[in-house]
Amino acid sequence: MKKPRVCIFSTCMVDLLFPNVGQAMVEVLERLGCETVLPEQQVCCGQPTYNSGYAKGSQKTFKNEIDALLSMDADYIVGPSGSCIFMIKEYQDILKDDPVYGPRAKEVASKIYEFTQFIYRVLGVVDCGAELDATVTVHRSCHMTRLIGERTAPFVLIDHVKDLQRIPLEGVQFCCGFGGTFSAKHPETSGPMVDEKVEKIVDTKAEILVGTEEPCLMNIAGRMNRLGHKIKVMHIAEVLNHNVDPSRIKYLADTDEAVVPANGEGVF
Amino acid sequence: MGISTSDKPFLERVEEAKQDHFMQAAVAKAQDAQFIKRTQARREMGHWNEWRDLAAQIRQHVLTYLPDYLEEFAGNVEKKGGHVFFAQTEQEARDFITQLVQKKQAHKVVKSKSMVTTEIGIDKALRALPDVDVLESDLAEFILQEDNFDEPTHIVFPTLHKNRDQIKAEFEKLGYQGDNDPAHLARFVRGYLRDYFMEADFGITGCNFAIADQGMINLDTNEGNADITMAMPKTQVVVMGMERIVPSMKEAEVLANMLARSAVGQKLTTYCTFSGPKAAGEVDGPDDFWVVVVDNGRSKALGTDFEPILRCIRCGACLNVCPIYRHIGGKGYGSIYPGPVGKVLSPILGGYDQFGELPYACSLCAACTETCPVKIPLHELIRKHRIVEMDEQHRDHSMTNLILKMVGVGTGSPALFKSAMGMAHTASAPFSKPQTAQDVTGMYEGGKINHLPKAAPKLVHGWSDLRDIPTPPKKKENFRHWYKQHTPVDTAPVVKEREAKQDD
Repeated sequence: MKKPRVCIFSTCMVDLLFPNVGQAMVEVLERLGCETVLPEQQVCCGQPTYNSGYAKGSQKTFKNEIDALLSMDADYIVGPSGSCIFMIKEYQDILKDDPVYGPRAKEVASKIYEFTQFIYRVLGVVDCGAELDATVTVHRSCHMTRLIGERTAPFVLIDHVKDLQRIPLEGVQFCCGFGGTFSAKHPETSGPMVDEKVEKIVDTKAEILVGTEEPCLMNIAGRMNRLGHKIKVMHIAEVLNHNVDPSRIKYLADTDEAVVPANGEGVF
Repeated sequence: MGISTSDKPFLERVEEAKQDHFMQAAVAKAQDAQFIKRTQARREMGHWNEWRDLAAQIRQHVLTYLPDYLEEFAGNVEKKGGHVFFAQTEQEARDFITQLVQKKQAHKVVKSKSMVTTEIGIDKALRALPDVDVLESDLAEFILQEDNFDEPTHIVFPTLHKNRDQIKAEFEKLGYQGDNDPAHLARFVRGYLRDYFMEADFGITGCNFAIADQGMINLDTNEGNADITMAMPKTQVVVMGMERIVPSMKEAEVLANMLARSAVGQKLTTYCTFSGPKAAGEVDGPDDFWVVVVDNGRSKALGTDFEPILRCIRCGACLNVCPIYRHIGGKGYGSIYPGPVGKVLSPILGGYDQFGELPYACSLCAACTETCPVKIPLHELIRKHRIVEMDEQHRDHSMTNLILKMVGVGTGSPALFKSAMGMAHTASAPFSKPQTAQDVTGMYEGGKINHLPKAAPKLVHGWSDLRDIPTPPKKKENFRHWYKQHTPVDTAPVVKEREAKQDD
């Protein structure tokens, strides 16, 4: 069988600040049998400017990203951030009247997956073979759960990590206060949000805070560090790449577990 | 007047709200309690998201054919002996109602809470008339009125920011002498209101839904005050936003259900009344029945990207899930419409000069969009306002504007981004400090930036005043560099076996 060819959507945050996350994601995907490719031309999904109100000034960013991600003739496009991925899925609406980029945006949208969603829903893997002897709590991604509609994949994968004990995070439905440029433009309102999140995380007494979006972790950890709360933070890709014993890798089909639905539109 | 509740700038209001710790705790507690009640009530109904689709379709259908439905509704009200007045502005609505009160020589006006009557500022206008008393009969609004027209914190729970002792103090001014037990307080106020009701000669209510084919209005309350307001006075005025219409009872049933479950986690509100002018043979109800249909800027949203906001049924669920509302409460917004719905509606009704900051005070987490029973894409509309403000009206002339425009150029160019990746470490090195044993692990292994010179732009300070920043990796240690050098990890044996099996 041909290996799935996966175009790595690195995200600007990983490129500028977090090589460890990109590295972990690539290693996990390769271990699970993917051939990875990384287009050099990619930059950013465009959220920093588009979500700040600069729609016109984001057009070049969108088109460059489409060109970059389609340049590798990959079967799938996978990235470590549901928020950036949803932005890319939105291109098809934003560019719907563009005769060239409208159809290309649709093609990108049909191929792109968030990292854990890809592992669980596309590859059908439930256990990545990782081990992490620690108590963790998980901060979920607002855009991944509410906009992509994937509520469960990260939790299923985390719960299969050997020796890991997950402590539920109270108020998990609340945003951490990042919100892109919002966190810098509006510290007056973003501040109390991250403070409440920090308080709830400290309450869990977990040793590690796991997230699926690096910017949220940068926000929460940045605040915890300023306030003097010591904790370890890990992106979920790093957790799934931790102390891996490949013989532990399991496909859902080889277990007696039922598929956990994504529950995109829950009742809230 | 109008939707504005304050002249203070947004950030000043936010700071004031943040000092009110009782309010913050009360709002958080109410949000958490409503989360449980609301989800239970919705789950009980079953097929929640299909109901949402239906409710959204009903509301959107009405907006598409709004002139026709308004005509049908007005015709049916008149057929039953009532009258309809179309007010284009709040001033027109206010003038019409005050003149009617004078014409009727009414002295005791009783009101039941409604957002649109607050919007047109009818209370204060009537109070200014000689020999006219106005009483707000909704318990929470009554308390606010007695407290020198304190501002509401929530559209469904206006006095969320007041505790029982504060309420007792207000009632003592009216002669209450008991303790702070809510049941005793309620008994007192019920007697007080009842005496007024018996003498009221003019009633003003809002309208949850106007039923086009019946010429009736639907009111949903938990106190019954709206029902008495409709039943006792000889003259009744119903004030409704022009979009508050449904085709028939069938659709009203769906929406009243969605409203009660979303607003208060109940199957239906305690009182769910359908009413109109007094018909022949009926013992109570108004002899003179008026409906005032208010536009006041709503039609500006029709046919635009913002049209979906007119689907709103004022359930307040978006407030109850909003993490920003959680911390600043209703007063922080400076509009009678707070929370996510307010962030969309206030700039439309009140303009960007006054409310242009509101759409930016949002992390776009989409909790509002997720909970909205009529599927208004609230966070998308908030973002649309930003696009109008920046791309169409060029409202930001600060350093932030310049920086974000540069980011736009930088993220559109692989060459510029490549040099940014190459320079990030060197550029930030002068501000960077090494990680210490006390630091969070997994974030600052390459160093941290926890202090920046005062001269740094506000956009940077906004982040760094509250949070530490990780130092960017050296060029040779960034992800792109690692990727080029790396040898692919071996495919796991289990995976290979599976591939082989699938080939067979």
